Amino acid sequence: MSDIGTGRGAPTAIDAKGIWKVFGRDAGAFNRLPLQARTPETLMAVGLVGAVQDATFQIGRGEVFAIMGLSGSGKSTLLRCLTRLIEPTAGEIAFNGRDILKLGDKELVDLRRQRMGMVFQHFALLPNRTVVGNVAFPLEVQGMPRVEAERRAMELIETVGLKGRETRFPAQLSGGQQQRVGIARSLTTNPEFWFLDEPFSALDPLIRADLQAEVLRLQQTQTRTVIFVTHDLDEAIRLADRIAIMEAGRIIQIGTPEELVTQPATDYVRRFVAKVPPARVVRVASIMTVEPGPATAGVNADATIADIAPQLVAAEGRLPVIDGARQVGWLDRSAALATLAVRI
Amino acid sequence: MVPKDVAGRYSLWTGLAVTLAILATSLLAPASFAQLSDKAILPISDWVGSGMNWFARDAAIFGVKIADITRALASAAQMPIDWLKFILADGWVKGAGFNKVQLAPPLSWLGVILAAALVGFRLSGRGLAILTLLAGAYLVFFGLWASAMTTLASVVICVVAALVLGLAMGFWAYRSVRAEMWLRAIMNVMQTVPIFSYLLPTLLLFGYGPSAALFATVVYALPPMVHATVLALRSVPSETLELARMTGCSRAQTLWKVELPVAAPRLAIGLNQVVMMTLNMVIIASMIGAGGLGYDVLRALRRLDFGAGFEAGMGIVALAVVLDRLTQVAAHNQSTGRQGLWSRRDTLVAVLLLLVPTLASLALPALSAWPANWTLTTAPFWNGAVSLINQNFYEPLEAIRTAMLLGVMNPMRNLLQAAPWSLVIALLALAGYTLGGFRTALTVVLLMLFVLISGYWQAAMSSVYLMVLSVALALAIGLPFGIWVSGHARLHHPVQLALDTLQTLPTLVYLLPAVMLFRNGDFSALIAIVSYAVAPAVRYGMAGMTHVPSERIEAALMSGCTPWQSFRFVRLPAALPTLILGVNQTVMMALSMLVIAALVGTRELGQEVYTSLARGETGPGIVAGLCVAAIALVADALLKSGAQRAARHEGEAHV
Ligand SMILES: Nc1ncnc2c1ncn2[C@@H]1O[C@H](COP(=O)(O)OP(=O)(O)OP(=O)(O)O)[C@@H](O)[C@H]1O
Ligand SMILES: [Mg+2]
Repeated sequence: MSDIGTGRGAPTAIDAKGIWKVFGRDAGAFNRLPLQARTPETLMAVGLVGAVQDATFQIGRGEVFAIMGLSGSGKSTLLRCLTRLIEPTAGEIAFNGRDILKLGDKELVDLRRQRMGMVFQHFALLPNRTVVGNVAFPLEVQGMPRVEAERRAMELIETVGLKGRETRFPAQLSGGQQQRVGIARSLTTNPEFWFLDEPFSALDPLIRADLQAEVLRLQQTQTRTVIFVTHDLDEAIRLADRIAIMEAGRIIQIGTPEELVTQPATDYVRRFVAKVPPARVVRVASIMTVEPGPATAGVNADATIADIAPQLVAAEGRLPVIDGARQVGWLDRSAALATLAVRI
Repeated sequence: MVPKDVAGRYSLWTGLAVTLAILATSLLAPASFAQLSDKAILPISDWVGSGMNWFARDAAIFGVKIADITRALASAAQMPIDWLKFILADGWVKGAGFNKVQLAPPLSWLGVILAAALVGFRLSGRGLAILTLLAGAYLVFFGLWASAMTTLASVVICVVAALVLGLAMGFWAYRSVRAEMWLRAIMNVMQTVPIFSYLLPTLLLFGYGPSAALFATVVYALPPMVHATVLALRSVPSETLELARMTGCSRAQTLWKVELPVAAPRLAIGLNQVVMMTLNMVIIASMIGAGGLGYDVLRALRRLDFGAGFEAGMGIVALAVVLDRLTQVAAHNQSTGRQGLWSRRDTLVAVLLLLVPTLASLALPALSAWPANWTLTTAPFWNGAVSLINQNFYEPLEAIRTAMLLGVMNPMRNLLQAAPWSLVIALLALAGYTLGGFRTALTVVLLMLFVLISGYWQAAMSSVYLMVLSVALALAIGLPFGIWVSGHARLHHPVQLALDTLQTLPTLVYLLPAVMLFRNGDFSALIAIVSYAVAPAVRYGMAGMTHVPSERIEAALMSGCTPWQSFRFVRLPAALPTLILGVNQTVMMALSMLVIAALVGTRELGQEVYTSLARGETGPGIVAGLCVAAIALVADALLKSGAQRAARHEGEAHV
C-alpha cells in the first residue's frame, strides 16, 4: 500500500478508485451489502466470488504498469475492468479525468477504436486473413479505405520485423511471429492506452526475451500508457515502471521493483520477490549520498546496481552520480557492492 | 459410490420381485394386461389426422387461410426449382408432348463434368478430379445424366435453403439460451422421427410434387445444420470475441468479419452433413414427386427390374461420393487453413468450360443430351447374374433364408408379440431405473405407454424384433471386426475410408442387393439393415480400442498380463463407454433403415407409415412415425445412461 499515486510525477492518465468485480449467481446482492460488510468472508457466505476487491491505483501518462499475481488472483479480470470488457460491479475508473464507466455504447466504441489497443495471450488472430488483413482489421472496422488501411498496416508490419511475410496466413507463422502480428494489430490505431494480457506467456523463453525487447523499443520511440498482466516477475521487472501485486483479488502492494524488493509490504510479497537479486532492482539514486558536485561523467542515477557492475569492479573509492548532465551525489563502492552480495 | 451400488443391488432384487409379480398377474389377471382391449386404445391417429386436415384446409390466421399460404409458398419454391432444372437438366422447353420445342439447351454434360473436375482438382488434387470425371462418365454413358441433374438441382436448392435457415436458427440459439433449449428439444425428436414421416405433413400442406419434397427435405436436413452452427459459434475463442469488442466492431461486423470466418471450418463439416442428408432425403422424396435418380430406383423396384435399379443405384452412389468428397475436402481445407486455392482465373476457366460445350451443343446435340442409342446398359447383365445366382444357388440361399426365418426370426417375433405389454413395459422401466434412475424409468414408461394406447403395439413389437435382431447381428459382425482392425495400424486408413464411403450412400441403395438375392420379405430387410448399421459398429469398435490410454496398457504389460488378460481386464473396460455409444449409434441407424426397409414388404411400423403415405392418410402415418421415434428415444435413453454409468467408472467415451 506504499504508493498508489503515479510514479515519476507524470500527470495521471488512469485513475481507478475502489474497483470491485464479483462473480456469482446474484451479483446484484453485492451492491446491497453495506460498505463495511464487503469482505471476502461475507461475499463467500452469499455465494459470490470477489475476483477483484477494492482495487485503487493511479497510472501516470507514459508509465508502464504491471499487474502480477498467481493464477486466479484476478489480474485478467482487473485488466478487463479497465477496458470495460468486463463491467466492474462497483468503483470508478477515469481516463484522463473522464469517468469511462458512464460512457454510452457509442462513446465506448469510439474510445476503444481511437485510444485503446490490446494484445491477447493466445494472439486472437483471425485465421482467414493474411498478416496484412489482420493488422489492418481495426482500421477496416472503422471504415478506412482498404488501400490506406493496408498502407498503415504495412508500416507496422515493418516495425515489428515481419516484412516479407505480409501475405502469409496465421497458420503459416510461428508462435512468436503470430504474437508480433498481434502487437502490430494492437498498435495500428496508434492508441494512447496499451493493454497486454500475459502477451508472452504462450511463447518460448528466448522468443519471449525478443518480444520484451521489442516492447521496450516500441515504448522508447512512442510513449504510451501501458498496462500489462504477467505472472513472470522477471518480465515485470524488465518492462515495468511500477508493479501491482495481487493476491486473491486484492492488490496488496504497488511499487517500483526496487520498493517491492527492499520494502515488501507483507510476507506474501517477500516470498514473491525472494528470488530477485537486489542489485537488479536497486537504483543508484537510492543508495547514493546526496551531494552536488562538479563531475560531468560517472554512473547514471537511474541505473540499477547490476547495470553499473562493470564500472563498480573497475572503480576505487566512490563514484560520481550523474542525473542529466549534473552530478547529484556520490556512490559508495562498498555500499553498492554489498547489494550485489546480499540477499534480502 | 458404495451406497449407490448397494441401492443398485437392492433395486435389482425388488425389480425381480416385481417381475415375478407381473408374470403372475399376466397369467392370472384379466387379459387386458396382456393385450390391451380395443376400447382402451385412444383414436390418436384420428385426432392427428383431422387436426392436420383442419390445419391444412380450414385454419386461418388474420383471415388468410393456411392452405393459401402454403400453396403460395409451394409455387414460390417451384420457381427456383424450375430454373435450376432448366439450367441443369431440361433446358428451356415450351409446350409438351409433340409440340415440345427446346428454346435453349441445358448446360452440357461435358461442361458440368469438366468444371466439377476443375473444382476437385483445385481443392484437392488429381485424385478427386479423376474420381469426378469417372463418376460423371458413368452417369452420362448409362443414360442417367438427366435424372442425376434433376436430383442435383433439388439437392442444391435444399442445401442452400437448409444452410441459410440453419445458420439463422443456429445463430439465434447461440445468442439466446431459451431459444437453444427449445430448439434442442425439438431437434432431438426430429432426428429420431423416421424419414417418411416428414413427407406426410408436407404432402398435405404443399401438395404432390417437387416443392413438397423440397420442404420435407429442408426440414429433415435442418437439425444437423443448426447443431453444427451452434457448436461452431461456441468454438470461437473468447479472446477473439474480445478482440471484436476492443476494435469496436458493430454487431454485424462481429458476425460477418469475426464469428462466421473463425467458425467456418466447423460450419463446413456441418455443410457436408447437410449435403449428404439432403441427398438421402431427395432420393426418398422421389416418392412424392421429386423425380430424379430415386424415382428411377423406385420404378425399377416396383417392376422387379433389378438390373435397372442397380444401375440407377450406382448412379446415386457416384453422385453421393463426388458430393461427399468435394464438401469434405472443402471442410478439410478450411480447418487446416489451406487458402487461396481458387483464383480468379480458375473462375474464368470454369465459366468457359461450362459455356463452350453448351454453345457447341447447339450444333452437336449429343453434347446436351447423350443419344439414347449410344447409352450403355448393364441391366441385362445384372438381371442375368441374378437369375444365374437364383438358378444355381437357389437351394443354399433359400436354405439360409428359411433357416433364419423359421429358426430365429419368426419365433422371436412371435415371442415378442405374445409377451404381455405390462411385462414388457415393466422390464424396460426396471432397466431404465437401474441404469439411469427414476427419471429415465419414467421417460421409458411414458414413451411406451404412448405406443400402447395409440394402438400400434403389435406393429411396434415387430419393429423391435427386426431392430433387435439386426442390431445384434451388426454388432456381432462389426464390433469384433473393429476391435481387430484397431490392432492393425496399417488397416486404419483403408477401413476408415470404406466406412466413410458406406455411410455416404443413401439408404435406398442398400435395399437393392438384398432384394436381388432374397426377394421381398423380412429376411431381405434384415440383410439391408445389417449392412447399413454395421458401419457405426465397426467405427466405434475401432475408436473405443484405439483410445485406451497407452499408459494403462503398459501398466498391464508390466504387471505381467497375457494379451488376453490385458484385453479383458484393461482394454475392454476402458473402451466400454465408447462401445456402448457405438451400440446406441447402431440402433439409431438400424431404426432409420428399418423404415426404408418397408419398401421390401416388412410388416411393422415402417410399413404402417409407408402405406399411409401411399394412401395419403396423414393421421396414422404421423402417429406410427411418432411410435418409431418413441422406440428410438427409449433405446437412446437406456443406452446413453448405460454409457454414462460405464463412463463413471472408466473415464471418458471417445468418438
Ligand atoms: N466469468 C466468471 N465467472 C465466475 N468466476 C470467474 C469468472 N471469470 C473469472 N472468475 C474467477 O475470478 C478469479 C480471477 O480470475 P482471473 O481470470 O482474473 O485470474 P488471473 O489472475 O487472470 O489468472 P490466470 O493467471 O490464470 O489468467 C478466479 O477465481 C476465477 O475463477
Ligand atoms: Mg488471466
